[in-house]
Amino acid sequence: MTDDARPVLEMRGITKHFPGVRALSGVDFRLMPGEIHSLMGQNGAGKSTLVKVLTGVYSPDAGQLLLDGVEIRPQSPLDAQRLGISTVFQEVNLCPNLSVAENILLGRGGTSTVAIRWGKMRREAAAALEELNIHIDVTAPLGSYPLAVQQMVAIARSLTSETQGRTEVRTRLLILDEPTSSLAEDEVKMLFAVIRRLKAQGIAILFISHFLNQVFEISDRFTVLRNGQLVGEYPVAALTRMDLIVKMVGKEIADVPVRAARAASAAVDAPATTPVVQARGLGKAGSVTGIDLTVQRGEALGIAGLLGSGRTETARLLFGVDRPDHGTLEIEGKAVRFSSPLDAIVHGIGFCPEDRKHDGVLGELSIRENIIIALQCKRGIFRSLSRARQDEIARSYIKLLGIKTPDADVPISTLSGGNQQKVLLARWLATDPRLLILDEPTRGIDVGAKVEIMAEVMALCDNGMAVVFSSSEMDEILRYADRLVVLRDRTKVGEMAGSDADEKKVFQIIAGGSL
Amino acid sequence: MTPAPKVTPPVAATPPVAMHPGWVQRVLGHHHFWALTALVLLLIYNVVNDPHFFAISVQDGHLSGSVVDILNRSSSLMIIAMGLTLVIATQGIDISVGAVVAISAAVAASMIGGELVMNGGTGMEDVTRFSLPVVIAAALGVSLVLGMWNGVLVSYLGMQPIIVTLILLGAGRGVAQLITKGQIITIYYSPYYVIGNGFLLGVPFSLFIVAAVAAIIVLLTRKTALGLFIEAIGINPVASRLTGVRARTITFAVYSVCGLCAGIAGLIVSSNIKSADGNNAGLWYELDAILAVVLGGTSLAGGRFFLFGSMLGALIVQTLTTTIYAAGVAPEITLVVKGAVVFSISIVQSDKVKAWIGSVAAARRKPGAR
Repeated sequence: MTDDARPVLEMRGITKHFPGVRALSGVDFRLMPGEIHSLMGQNGAGKSTLVKVLTGVYSPDAGQLLLDGVEIRPQSPLDAQRLGISTVFQEVNLCPNLSVAENILLGRGGTSTVAIRWGKMRREAAAALEELNIHIDVTAPLGSYPLAVQQMVAIARSLTSETQGRTEVRTRLLILDEPTSSLAEDEVKMLFAVIRRLKAQGIAILFISHFLNQVFEISDRFTVLRNGQLVGEYPVAALTRMDLIVKMVGKEIADVPVRAARAASAAVDAPATTPVVQARGLGKAGSVTGIDLTVQRGEALGIAGLLGSGRTETARLLFGVDRPDHGTLEIEGKAVRFSSPLDAIVHGIGFCPEDRKHDGVLGELSIRENIIIALQCKRGIFRSLSRARQDEIARSYIKLLGIKTPDADVPISTLSGGNQQKVLLARWLATDPRLLILDEPTRGIDVGAKVEIMAEVMALCDNGMAVVFSSSEMDEILRYADRLVVLRDRTKVGEMAGSDADEKKVFQIIAGGSL
Repeated sequence: MTPAPKVTPPVAATPPVAMHPGWVQRVLGHHHFWALTALVLLLIYNVVNDPHFFAISVQDGHLSGSVVDILNRSSSLMIIAMGLTLVIATQGIDISVGAVVAISAAVAASMIGGELVMNGGTGMEDVTRFSLPVVIAAALGVSLVLGMWNGVLVSYLGMQPIIVTLILLGAGRGVAQLITKGQIITIYYSPYYVIGNGFLLGVPFSLFIVAAVAAIIVLLTRKTALGLFIEAIGINPVASRLTGVRARTITFAVYSVCGLCAGIAGLIVSSNIKSADGNNAGLWYELDAILAVVLGGTSLAGGRFFLFGSMLGALIVQTLTTTIYAAGVAPEITLVVKGAVVFSISIVQSDKVKAWIGSVAAARRKPGAR
């Protein structure tokens, strides 16, 4: 590119290692004044590591940061802010019970050495918001405003001059990390208007979002990362959505999808029997809508979609974690309404949640207890499993799944992520489910364990268990799913047989057909 | 005895015990080690002060002595501590137990009536308005309802346990006063005295109540899956629900049980002092009970719970109280002494101090290891 302007920021050859992982290797990145530049990449591509290097959370192992051509080494986010690099995160990190004015200016200005000058603070806060074309009562508590306004207040705060001694520093660079993920559509419009105003003032904006529509609407340029490496820098006009997805995922679309040989036996000769689970128009306000799913015995249904497309929400509706407010659900032909996960378990459904640590693992309990607890819940409090039976169940699954532990009675928290996931899988297999729902079963697990877990699930599937699984890795979906359902923007947008699916088709549906 | 290793290392002075890996840590790491140590130290102190401390004689056909007395007096606290253990294991807390003790006592005393009828100058006559089973059932029923009240607010309405039980802590004493019409009702009905003062087979009757309550709770929690589910809720409420635990029902149940336990304690307390005082019955019991549970090894953060530990804790608290009185500590500073002892026990139980002691022990083992 031949921009005549000098970049505000240049990052050259940034490399950052973590134990066992090269999070960034030799990444270059530059930001022009008054441009909106989107940093794109899948989970784990290195976006957040790059932002953290830029804001001084991490110091790079190699590489240079130049701000206006001068090398900088920010040591902390505060340090970065003093250099004129401000960040607004997805979650608003402000105090909802304090007034808007306090939130904008506390620790910033409006204070003399001995006291807070409330009047001055109010005037300065109002002025800061007016710059963004926001006109609200700055004395009201922040929490009384909608999230979008809180987001703007966070931006206003990040733009107010950070004073260091007596010199004022102007914000040169604003990082917006997933600012729109909890906003409604009209609120996004409001935010974008503000961002465009800032751009007109010459502030460089680094934008991160998972929403393709939004990045195409607001950005001037993309920088794409993949596996910690720079893929390239592109003007928006030069890429179609399809191109962008391909660059993020790193596959030539012409690639033949990897299909396992198993499809032949199970899927083909399955006659039209009563499906294990059938959902029609299942949905819930604020969650997903219009979910139609049918899963036969011995079938693996993959749910594909980008982050935030509604994969987890779908799984939660099927398992009775959230109660659907429209649509119907049938298990083996019988209409059911689950009021709790236990109802679903009693109907023979198991669910491995995506957030293993928060939603699955009972850390202080032993491996044995973690394995038998769902079965025990299914049996009820009073039909207690004898200790001998518990040991037997634990031992057999530790062996079957190759869980690496010296003893079934050590706390599960002592295991690695992959082994914990195997324990959770064992928990559900012990209940002998007819349907197993796996939300991102291989997230954060090393490659070996990934293959082992999926192989075991597929073996059970061949024996008649129905499986619904979601994954953000397209490879995995294509490799294991007999059929797949595609979600976009929290609704179902497509379905196809695994044998017909390839990445190109799936990505076309995900991208919304606008090629 | 741990068998000494066959191959003695060249360092001859090393005692064989130190060779057994982790022996010290295993004992130090046992969850009741420090509580037991504290109890033993308290008992030693008492024996030194009073050589007859452990002496047990038989008077009027029942056992008598300081130890018997301490056990009898700790019975109400043990029962409350067991109920509270279950609540704390679910990440909850119940600070209303003292108030429930007062209400239970007030219900029982007011139903007996507090009427003194002399029996021709030879003594009092046993007078009650309701039969003893009705009195006991009513007092326990009211306590159970109070526990259920707490349980509903915490589990179904999702209110903070400390707020919910704080309300009952405050209001409960008022309710007790209403029941007794602001009076201290003295009980003149000797069959009722058996609960807190009587003896069965020479042993204080209250200890049979403790044993019965302990047996029921242990059976309920350890012979069914209830204990596992309670611990699961305390460790991770979200995950436990997703694995099928009926978290609400169980949370409701543990508060109900806790209320009932406090009610039983209320009967013992009022029987013991032969009266019901809305203001003072069970005063500060919630603090002693929380202390007993914590001394017993159950974490206030919930999760793993130890019923026998809590009983041990209750015994420590009562022994300590008795010891302080027996040692002739001035009444105005008894709470300071109690606080100091509790502080010492708590600090050696803290994970950091335990780890430090463990590392010191490990370092002392090292020179002999090779």
